[in-house]
Amino acid sequence: MSWELTERDLPDLARGAALLGTGGGGDPYVGRLLVRQAIREHGPITVLDPDDLDDDTLVIPTAQMGAPTVVHEKLPRGTEPVAALRALEAHLGRKAGATMPIECGGVNSMIPLVVAARTGLPVVDADGMGRAFPELQMETFAVYGVPGSPMAVAGERGETAVIDTGADNAHMEWLARGLTIRLGGVAHIAEYPMSGAQVKRTAVPRTLSLARTIGRALGQARDRAADPVEALAETLRDTLYGHLRVLFRGKVTDVERRTEAGFARGRAAAVSFDGRHELELVFQNEHLVALVDGEARCVVPDLVCVLEAEQAEPITTESLRYGQRITVVGISTPALMRTPEALAVFGPAAFGLPHPFRPVEEGTWTAARP
Amino acid sequence: MRIGIDVGGTNTDAVLLDGRQVLAAVKTGTTADVTSGIVAAIAGLQEQRAFEPADVRAVMIGTTHFINALVEARRLAPTAALRLSLPAGASLPPMVDWPGRLIEAVSGRSYLVHGGHEFDGRHIAELDEAEVRRAAADMGAAGVRSVAITSVFSPVNAEFETRAAEIVAAELPDAAISLSSEIGRIGLLERENATIVNAALRELAAHIVDGLASSVSGAGITAPLYLSQNDGTLMDVDFARRYPVATFASGPTNSMRGAAVLSGLDICAVVDVGGTTSDVGVLRHGFPREATTDVTVAGIRTNFRMPDVLSIGIGGGSLVREARKVREAREVTVGPDSVGYELTSRALVFGGDTLTATDIAVAAGRAEIGDPSLVAHLDKELVAAALRRVADDVADVVERMRTSAEPLPVVAVGGGSILLPDELAGAGEVRRPDHYAVANAIGAAIAQIGGEVDRVYAVEPGRRDAVVDAAKQEAVDRAVAAGASPSTVQIVDFDEVPIPYLPGNATRIRAKAVGELQLTDAKGR
Repeated sequence: MSWELTERDLPDLARGAALLGTGGGGDPYVGRLLVRQAIREHGPITVLDPDDLDDDTLVIPTAQMGAPTVVHEKLPRGTEPVAALRALEAHLGRKAGATMPIECGGVNSMIPLVVAARTGLPVVDADGMGRAFPELQMETFAVYGVPGSPMAVAGERGETAVIDTGADNAHMEWLARGLTIRLGGVAHIAEYPMSGAQVKRTAVPRTLSLARTIGRALGQARDRAADPVEALAETLRDTLYGHLRVLFRGKVTDVERRTEAGFARGRAAAVSFDGRHELELVFQNEHLVALVDGEARCVVPDLVCVLEAEQAEPITTESLRYGQRITVVGISTPALMRTPEALAVFGPAAFGLPHPFRPVEEGTWTAARP
Repeated sequence: MRIGIDVGGTNTDAVLLDGRQVLAAVKTGTTADVTSGIVAAIAGLQEQRAFEPADVRAVMIGTTHFINALVEARRLAPTAALRLSLPAGASLPPMVDWPGRLIEAVSGRSYLVHGGHEFDGRHIAELDEAEVRRAAADMGAAGVRSVAITSVFSPVNAEFETRAAEIVAAELPDAAISLSSEIGRIGLLERENATIVNAALRELAAHIVDGLASSVSGAGITAPLYLSQNDGTLMDVDFARRYPVATFASGPTNSMRGAAVLSGLDICAVVDVGGTTSDVGVLRHGFPREATTDVTVAGIRTNFRMPDVLSIGIGGGSLVREARKVREAREVTVGPDSVGYELTSRALVFGGDTLTATDIAVAAGRAEIGDPSLVAHLDKELVAAALRRVADDVADVVERMRTSAEPLPVVAVGGGSILLPDELAGAGEVRRPDHYAVANAIGAAIAQIGGEVDRVYAVEPGRRDAVVDAAKQEAVDRAVAAGASPSTVQIVDFDEVPIPYLPGNATRIRAKAVGELQLTDAKGR
């Protein structure tokens, strides 16, 4: 069902997007302010259900790429993502009928909303990651045959560039990354242009609604002093992310970080409150694997979500620190993110991890509970 | 000798120190004009231990006056924010996320002009001087008296802020000018917010600092006057006039620093138990660990250098209630509500009708306050259960503040620390140094001089050590320039965080150096 998004939805949406960011995806604070400003200036946004999308409508997803630290300091001019969309339209010789997120976790849940408010286009309730990932080729669109190219990149001086690498999405990512550096570490992009029919075939559906629902469930549980994790499990049960497993409850005992090839990689360790179980988290911008007592209990692309133990506020990989009390939950991802083709692009092997993918809901393992 | 004064919301505490020895300590009421309370405190010291005003080498004052002025939105100057960022930054103008009442209280006006730097030092755009001049003229016409200037990535390069300040000063010679590069760290909105708040407090700062100076000189003391900053270091009077925001968190910082000196520990957890709350912080190398997250003050997001403090609602005035019995054990709650300043009329030991944490401490024989016979009837089991509750809750907060598995001694200060047991679960012995009730004034008196660097560096392969050394040296140089004695300066805090998605191993490096204040006597020796 399509719906109208107003300023009131933004706190829930941002909180849900932070959870779907699984520790990465960038701080949605600046993104949320950008959408709020755009809605105040241009009015509410139509969120279009994929079922309501015409098969031949041109959909152009929009996003931000680059270093979250830079976004925090060099705030956007505001016109960049629309400029990227217009540049791609000009290149294609066709007008977009809608925009869409490429990533529903973190700040990129917000950028298409800025575009939608400023252009009056609807935003499709779907995305291509179903979570957050660090690179542009890690998209269900790409997995199921929609190329990222042609792609438009825009900076705050009004400059734009079009990259066309044919079917080679990894090369597109590499070139765009270089342009982003030249633009000062942040760029706004329009990529993966596709038809409504392709959206229905390749996108993870209703993830904006999902983020809003998750945020609302966490907030309401807090307000009535109910268990937020319980509320989250209940909320997810009837969605494509149907299985939530509490993997661990305990305290962080060690965090180790390093930068490799521009990524923040590292691992964290925690011990359960009764001292009998150990957790190891492996992250690269986002959490990738949760091992409990040496066994990989939740593996990318399934969601490893680290929550602050009491309020279930999502914790980013950057803010993990010794002594935090955490609840770690694993959430199953939709079937289209778990096929062999999908796992080849964003499964454990794509991140150089030795653990085979196993759906989080399988196995008879019982959670370490207090 | 030196004098330390802490001007809190309720009490003004003062100490006279010789080296680290406490010669005299007094507690007086804070007065509305601040200065008469200070005069009374200095007179109190003189009464306790006569001293020659000429022998005082320095006076250090910690005050919550400026943060209170912001929270109460009073005496704020008409202020303009000038941001050097165009073409970037136009989407979110200055004060975009401020509470409306504070924008009104500062008559906030915003101007965006071309300028700013990229993370690697390139220019976003050249500074448009004519544009700055036009903005300044408009500010003048609108009656602006204080200007906050913020340029993108000014913590990397402040040249545009400095140049813009010259232009604004030429147009508006009477306006106070605050630069973001002097105030905050990376994170534009938060740094800009802090700078605007600082600008709005400049007139009040001039007035208060003059008052402090005259009350000290009125006591015959000619020694220099310093104010304590959020991070536990000192600023001189001229700096305080220009950067009043730097005092915002000096209260908890001074308590912690005082606890460090009194206990002789420079790595410890400090529990400051007041009337309504207990504040727990951690000292590393004798300085409070700083919060890594953004801090919201009066509804404004900032990135002040604030100590990482966790508070719980347990203090001497906390209400004690019996909740229910679970199996055989009593369930008792302590706080979070408190009788506050009404303790002396409402607590049982003062003849009141409200059971407070202070009554529990007296009934348990931990303190003699008021009339102990008025709590003699209290059920022993209830008293024990309430003390257990306090001990468990405080132990829990201390545990949360730990950042490593290393043992962390606990030091208790503040008037309410009689509530704490001699041992805390998981933390061991609780130390209670002498003069614990005036730890904050002692913290002000022993404060040192510091210098800090916080910047993004491109670290080329094999150059890491050289970059780190240069950053540390700059912090040391800044401390010396601020008045530290060069032979005493050392690096007390160092942190490097790699930044993802940037080339050249971009790394954010923070280094902080501190040293003893270079003291000279009245004859300049």
